[in-house]
Amino acid sequence: MRPFAYVKPADVAEAVQAVATEPGAKFLGGGTNLVDLMREGIERPHTVVDVTGLPLDEVHELPGGGLRIGALVRNSVLAAHPRVRTSYPVLSQAILAGASAQLRNMATVGGNLLQRTRCPYFYDLAAACNKREPGAGCDAIGGFTRSHAILGVSDSCIATHPSDMCVALAALDAVVEVRSVRGTRRIPLVDFHVLPGDTPHVETTLAADELITAVELPPSPAPSRYRKVRDRASYAFALVSVAAALEVRDGTVAAVRLALGGVAPKPWRAREAERLLLGGPATEEAFRQAADAELAPATARPGNAFKSGLARATITATLRELIIEGEAA
Amino acid sequence: MRVNGTDEKLDVEPWVSLLDALRERLGVTGPKKGCDQGACGACTVLADGVRINACLALAVQYADKEITTIEGVTPHPLQEAFVRHDGFQCGYCTSGQICSAIGMLNEAEDPAALTDAEIRERMSGNLCRCGAYNGIVEAIKEVAR
Amino acid sequence: MTTTDIRAPEKYVGRPVDRLDGPAKTTGEARYAAEHHYPDLAYAALVHATIARGRITAMDTAAARAVPGVIEILTHENAPAMKPAPKVSLLDISTMASGTSVNYLATDEVHWNGQPVAVVVAETSEVARHAAALVRPAYQELPAVVDFAAEEPNAAPQKSSMLAETSADKGDAHAALATAQASVDLRFTTPPHNHNALEPHATIAVWDGDRLTVHEGTQNFGWLRKHLAKRFGVPERNIRVVSPFVGGGFGGKGMVWAGTLLAVLAARATGRPVRLALTRAGVNHTVGGRTASTQRVALGADADGRLTALIHTSVSRTGRIGGTPEQITSASRHLYAAPNIHLRQHLVQLDLLANTSMRAPGESIGTFALESAMDELAWELGMDPIELRMRNEPERNPVDGKRFARRLLREAYAVGAERFGWRERDPRPGAMRDGRWLVGMGVASAYHPSWKLPASVTVRLSADGGVEVRCAMHEIGVGAATVQAQIAADELGVPLEAVRVRYDDSDLPLGAMAGGSMQTASVAESLLAACRKLKQSALALARRAADSPLRGRRLDELEARDGGLHHGASGETYAEILARAGRDHLEAAIKSGALGMVGMLRERRRWVKAACGAQFCEVRVDPDTGEVRVSRWLGVFDVGRVINVKTTASQLRGGIVMGIGLALTEETQVDPRTGRIMNAGLAEYHVPVHADIPHIDVHCLDEPDPTMPLGLVGVGEVSITGVGAAVANAVRHATGKRIVDLPITIDKLL
Ligand SMILES: Cc1cc2nc3c(=O)[nH]c(=O)nc-3n(C[C@H](O)[C@H](O)[C@H](O)COP(=O)(O)OP(=O)(O)OC[C@H]3O[C@@H](n4cnc5c(N)ncnc54)[C@H](O)[C@@H]3O)c2cc1C
Ligand code: SF4
Ligand code: FES
Ligand code: FES
Repeated sequence: MRPFAYVKPADVAEAVQAVATEPGAKFLGGGTNLVDLMREGIERPHTVVDVTGLPLDEVHELPGGGLRIGALVRNSVLAAHPRVRTSYPVLSQAILAGASAQLRNMATVGGNLLQRTRCPYFYDLAAACNKREPGAGCDAIGGFTRSHAILGVSDSCIATHPSDMCVALAALDAVVEVRSVRGTRRIPLVDFHVLPGDTPHVETTLAADELITAVELPPSPAPSRYRKVRDRASYAFALVSVAAALEVRDGTVAAVRLALGGVAPKPWRAREAERLLLGGPATEEAFRQAADAELAPATARPGNAFKSGLARATITATLRELIIEGEAA
Repeated sequence: MRVNGTDEKLDVEPWVSLLDALRERLGVTGPKKGCDQGACGACTVLADGVRINACLALAVQYADKEITTIEGVTPHPLQEAFVRHDGFQCGYCTSGQICSAIGMLNEAEDPAALTDAEIRERMSGNLCRCGAYNGIVEAIKEVAR
Repeated sequence: MTTTDIRAPEKYVGRPVDRLDGPAKTTGEARYAAEHHYPDLAYAALVHATIARGRITAMDTAAARAVPGVIEILTHENAPAMKPAPKVSLLDISTMASGTSVNYLATDEVHWNGQPVAVVVAETSEVARHAAALVRPAYQELPAVVDFAAEEPNAAPQKSSMLAETSADKGDAHAALATAQASVDLRFTTPPHNHNALEPHATIAVWDGDRLTVHEGTQNFGWLRKHLAKRFGVPERNIRVVSPFVGGGFGGKGMVWAGTLLAVLAARATGRPVRLALTRAGVNHTVGGRTASTQRVALGADADGRLTALIHTSVSRTGRIGGTPEQITSASRHLYAAPNIHLRQHLVQLDLLANTSMRAPGESIGTFALESAMDELAWELGMDPIELRMRNEPERNPVDGKRFARRLLREAYAVGAERFGWRERDPRPGAMRDGRWLVGMGVASAYHPSWKLPASVTVRLSADGGVEVRCAMHEIGVGAATVQAQIAADELGVPLEAVRVRYDDSDLPLGAMAGGSMQTASVAESLLAACRKLKQSALALARRAADSPLRGRRLDELEARDGGLHHGASGETYAEILARAGRDHLEAAIKSGALGMVGMLRERRRWVKAACGAQFCEVRVDPDTGEVRVSRWLGVFDVGRVINVKTTASQLRGGIVMGIGLALTEETQVDPRTGRIMNAGLAEYHVPVHADIPHIDVHCLDEPDPTMPLGLVGVGEVSITGVGAAVANAVRHATGKRIVDLPITIDKLL
């Protein structure tokens, strides 16, 4: 790790001030991603601003039924929160499907949002990577692409955003609240992460000096669930994951939310599929067609061509399970 | 920092991990380094009773926490149960498995009601390359009940 | 595991004795290689090459040297020279110790992507690693051959050696295949694997003049010491290797790799004790793994399922700078009574790190192909796969007619079928369901040759009745000390608590390597001999005394029990014998010699010795996503006599777990463009986790092998064999799909 200065501010104003005056500074949450990347020499901040002392570690009910989640709430705490478990099961399930219990105890909501890709070529300094070094090229293209994206990719970068939690947040229409010396902004989660285009090193709409302070959830939607498919039964990143909420009335889709993980550079809200499903019949055939429409623009490589079929199967299965769950309830 | 019940004066640079601080500065070598990347669980310790991976923790970040390693949990019924059920072979993952199991039992609402499948899922952050998984689950079950 | 305990209750052999090192391992007291402290210990880190082949043209160390706390940076420009690796000779098998033939830091040549090209020594491990990242080598790249699949057509025949034959021909297998009533002809691929023992390789090297102490987790004291003596030009007796605990090996700690040599070199160059603990990626880049393979298995049979032809050919790889060829077709020499057999092994040489043995080299991947093909033939014939195997069970070794020392494969299947509920299997593919899950059941045979090597053991009996067994052994998780203590306690008739086993130091009499499932049997043989010798001495001492109840007795008439030698109701304890004779101890030593090696080879010419077994697997496959979960397992094994039911069951389970990894998740991804391992970490190289592993039922037939000491054969490797095929066969049953390329991942089942 490159040597750095360490500060631990006690309030938010102090924290944003600390990064505003220090261009090479980075916030530190649970450290489960940043410490790893610093050790690998991929992140090299001059100053590390530890935000875990900030009073942003609570979950509040919002008037009108939503939930406000402090940026420093630990992933495990959020997953176990009674309101989350009952009203937003998709979120609880998504968090529990990610990483390990130890890592979830450390990881924060803010850090989870900003965790970086697990592309092996990004991680290996011996490889060319546009995300690490703009203009260097992308060794993943033509290499191992099992973990890579098929939607929203560019010729510059095909990396996925690895978070499970964010896929659920995308489906839930979450809003991210950020703070800097310039004030507070609110960014819908679906606009928080950006596609690579020809600037894959730009991953979000967050400015370098902005601190994530909270994530807000609107009132809970229909019954929801998260399904993650991976290369082992636990403790592995998603090949494909699906966050879905579905309400069926008289065999017709009355409300639907669908987001995908493991297939795109950002948590992928499947708007096209939702549009096709809404108001239509809640049948497997309809689910499949909607999935196909969503996946039609996919750009696959030999190593990840299977993901279209897998995503379609997982979307269909998840929606089917939601129907069964709805009937049982 | 409090380590296993004693106050330790630790003067480490901010880039020293909790794991290296324990192993290389304090000589507390019970927690193991299997990957240094959060990917194996061998370094699992308890911070204020909560299981974490010490390899991804900066020591400075835990200055005001109570750290408990395998040395600090001794004697614990899980240790004997691990021996009885042969929940290890080479022993390298064992400190982490036991600390993780203690943290896991703290997390569970009703430890005695955990099914085998639930224990396995909750313990999946601790790899055992020797494949002693069956014995580990048996040992945990016995102590949970 | 259940075994009927037929032995007298006071005996320890056969009982589920707890590991003697259990308390040390469960309290964190057990110290592994990197955990020994020296006051002026310095820390080393490696710089790895990032090209597959070429020359180093410049080495910029300025930025690294400027980091406070850096002590020294060793490169090919300034490092003291080691002597080159010795040429491999079968007369001295320790010459096989060298992981690669590269003389590190003595050359500007780069032979593989990841080769160490510099070592940084610093006051802390953080500084060493940070400075290593600042070393900037420049290279002139040369063309490299790194793509196994592309190179495969250029494979050359693999040479046979005294230790492993690589081909066999009996009858005309091709002609028989062409005219067979039923046949299958399949091509299989298996990927490279890495051991990824949980403890990354670490070495602490301490020079004191020309004496060297090395702390390292090794699977081979003898080779390591000899090799270091040769490379550093000091007498063997000057080198002491200390290795009380090895955090897993699986073959990866059997040879001497770069990290060990460079730690010793750095310690010599800096005059400080040096610790070099490899990073996880460093392990993958400097310690060889299992070769990839492509295999063809073609089987012909008559309509009754009797094999008429068995063809098994393979291509695997070594590195241009070394590597251990595997006996991939080995199980095909032994498993089936086919009248026509054709076996061939081929090799390609690549510009990659040398490959090395990994748990059951050859057999683990060879049985995947052979046993998958047998299963496919059963489908072809519409026959139960167990029945097909039973119809082809040989009386004598199929390729050469040698006798089997013992073979209980029929019994293993019979017991297993009953225990697993094989009868409930609906033979139609996809016919069994559990809710939405497709259920499949598969079987495969396990087979692994048993070996033993000469070993030296000393046993000492003290006046207080205490027994000390001295033998350098490798505690890689097998319960080495526990098992030998049980044997010594029984042989001498003393309580287990009276036996102390010292095993952790190369200054002790050298046992046998922990490899090829050999250690336990090899040491047991010498231990039995030493115990007998010791009892002889005790008896001789007793008989000198006129008042000894043992006077006039021969050893064969006596029983060793209750801490002494007895004949019926009369007898005396060792303590009494020693006290009367005024001796404070007795000692007996068995020394291994070259003769032992010759004897071993002679025995192999007479007998075919092996451990074998039947693997039963049940899987659940998600019909939507193709996710495979192993839901039940049973392994029934013929491993001779079981010394410790508990540790044996664990070792057998461990092999099955690794086999499930081989079947479903494990693959080292070598980029075919650069030869670089792209998943050199545990988050990306998927070893099975808790959630992947169901309860594993293991059962041992527990019949002694008459040709082995105490009737025991090694158990370290047999249980990984057959696992890949048992899973593939269960998947075939569940889904109707035959997967011939490992690992069986989702994409292959969609
Ligand atoms: C072995 C392993 C397996 C994993 N598996 C999964 C998985 O299956 N699914 C999954 O979703 N995740 C997985 N993860 C990733 C894990 O979820 C993330 O590392 C974690 O969520 C990051 O949170 P953190 O608080 O530790 O972030 P940190 O590491 O502290 O920070 C990450 C980034 O966020 C920034 N940051 C942190 N907090 C703030 C804030 N409040 N405001 C602004 N910036 C901030 C930091 O500057 C840094 O750039 C895995 C990680 C590991 C190591
Ligand atoms: S896919 Fe993106 S992250 Fe991966 S190597 Fe290419 S540019 Fe880098
Ligand atoms: S060493 Fe910390 S998780 Fe592996
Ligand atoms: S006991 Fe060896 S890794 Fe678990």
